[in-house]
Amino acid sequence: MFRGLALGSGGFVVALIAAIGIFLLLQALPSLQANQVSFLTSGEWTTGDPNDMRFGILYLLWVTVATAAFALVLAMPVALGIALFLTQYAPRALARVFAYIIDLLAAVPSIIFGLWGLQVLGPALVPTAEWLNTNLGWFPLFSDGNVSIRGGGTIFTAGIVLAVMILPIITAITREIFERTPKDQIEGALALGATRWEVIRTTVLPFGRAGYVSGSMLGLGRALGETVALYLILSGASGRAPELSLFDGDATIASKIANDAAEFNNEISAGAYIAAGLVLFVLTFVVNALARWITTSRTGK
Amino acid sequence: MKTKRHLTALGLAAASALLLSACGTDDNSASRGDDAQGGNGGTSGECAGQENIQAEGASSQANAMDEFSVVYQEECAGFSIDYNPTGSGAGIKQFNAGQVDFAGSDSPLKDEEITAATDRCEGAVPLHLPMVFGPVAIAYNLPGVDDLVLDGETIAQIFNGTITSWNDDAIAALNEGVDLPDQEILPIFRSDESGTTENFQQYLEAAAGDAWTSGGGKSFTGGVGDGRAKSDGVASGVASTEGSVTYVEVSFAHSNDLSIAQIDNGSGAVELNDESTGAAITNASLAGDGADMVIDLDSVYGTQAEGAYPLVMATYQIVCSEYPESETAEAVKSFLRVAATTGQENLSTLGYVPLPDEFQEQLLDSVETIS
Repeated sequence: MFRGLALGSGGFVVALIAAIGIFLLLQALPSLQANQVSFLTSGEWTTGDPNDMRFGILYLLWVTVATAAFALVLAMPVALGIALFLTQYAPRALARVFAYIIDLLAAVPSIIFGLWGLQVLGPALVPTAEWLNTNLGWFPLFSDGNVSIRGGGTIFTAGIVLAVMILPIITAITREIFERTPKDQIEGALALGATRWEVIRTTVLPFGRAGYVSGSMLGLGRALGETVALYLILSGASGRAPELSLFDGDATIASKIANDAAEFNNEISAGAYIAAGLVLFVLTFVVNALARWITTSRTGK
Repeated sequence: MKTKRHLTALGLAAASALLLSACGTDDNSASRGDDAQGGNGGTSGECAGQENIQAEGASSQANAMDEFSVVYQEECAGFSIDYNPTGSGAGIKQFNAGQVDFAGSDSPLKDEEITAATDRCEGAVPLHLPMVFGPVAIAYNLPGVDDLVLDGETIAQIFNGTITSWNDDAIAALNEGVDLPDQEILPIFRSDESGTTENFQQYLEAAAGDAWTSGGGKSFTGGVGDGRAKSDGVASGVASTEGSVTYVEVSFAHSNDLSIAQIDNGSGAVELNDESTGAAITNASLAGDGADMVIDLDSVYGTQAEGAYPLVMATYQIVCSEYPESETAEAVKSFLRVAATTGQENLSTLGYVPLPDEFQEQLLDSVETIS
């Protein structure tokens, strides 16, 4: 009976995911057929007139991937540090309080992060961003983007806010895994005269690496789909092509949908956004598959 | 109280049925007005028809409709209106489907919408009644510069990137004696599709001549600057960024303490206030015929009348000239009467322009033709 239940719920989830995919595809198809430009290689986005639909995913995809990747690059080392500190260095009581505070971050609604990014962090980061742009502008990621740096609505700001948002997820999972490092391994290493850092390097890290990576991928999934915070933070670029810089703006796939949702006047226009949603769906799917693959292949060794 | 009115309504309905006159609505509403009207006076004395009106449409007039609704309930105890601010397109769709009694819309009906609306009104043409006017401010953040004058051409050039610095000669020529800083201009626009952008670009097309060539529509087409979501986004964006400028409904400019540029329409700089926007409305020419009051926006945006502030958005109430149900017609009339008179009193605190006298009379005449 339990087998039946488990099988049923498992099958249900798979069917649900498949249904979402098929639904998105069916809704998007008429718009994709009406599209005048290539959906995958264009960055144009004008969907107001059903008879002249021109939309492509390219610019949105860049901003989506860039914000999420930048956030991940910032959050991963910090999360690792916090998890190691909490499990290996901090006294038990302190660790508990700390863990609680970190988890609390996960409970902050994303609109709060968005407002913080828009009104506090964005303006505060402007001098740093301008310094990076003037002094390290030769490096492509710090060159001029397609929106103004002093407006603050760039991938740079958005990525930092996202990093804070995904930090608790990565930290929580990594901490759980690190805590499960077998005691006898740690004690064995200590008995061999290893310092605390050597213990971490030889036992905790190898044991927890797969969990750390999959936790990060979970964070990446969250970052890719984040909507409201980025909708508030990112400045629109009025159709200008991104410069592949951290100081680009415009919108991610999800924030674009949120931005224009109020003006979906006909199904063909709405279908363009559903097609974009489909890309996001596939992207998230790929990220999760990647995480799964990393987890299994690493633990298999 | 409510039951009593209900009974009266029933009696009246019976009476009018006896008289067999669908056009006898004038008597009907007059007698009804006598007993419904306490002592609130005003020109909008008559309350009649069904007790609740449903309306849907433009969100730009949502605050005005809230105000009208409160005033309507005060003037006509027991009567109410529900306005659902879902957007002009949705409002027209619902109206044409017969789901709501009238629609609010930022733009006049298109031809195919008129056909659908005529079907909905069972053969009677729909009327456009421009009842809510909202001025759009050119709001800027330039410390030390409290008075700034711009004209259509310079505004267009700022928003398409031709003018990039605040001390550009074209701006300096309009602001003699003002110490303009050598600062880069950051235009901020609405990144979502919006009626404000549509009206703003229409204004530029009418007032800037050759300076604005990128066209109109609900999305910003200027190609420069930073986009922000919603009116609140652009206003707070300007508030936090020196050297920036945007176009936004005046209430948002006020709530963010932004400076508002005066506009020179060809006969001197004009400040944005009730009188100057009222002057532009009074000078508007109408494109519709008879009771239908479609405003020829080019006559507003291109106005050269002295003391007229040209950048004003009009929101129409779309009604049937003749409703299939006379009860509905009566209620819509009572509501619009209240909205066009007592309802206007507090509008300027909400960021709208009260109707100028002459225009108000004309509008009331149109309202009276509804049957």
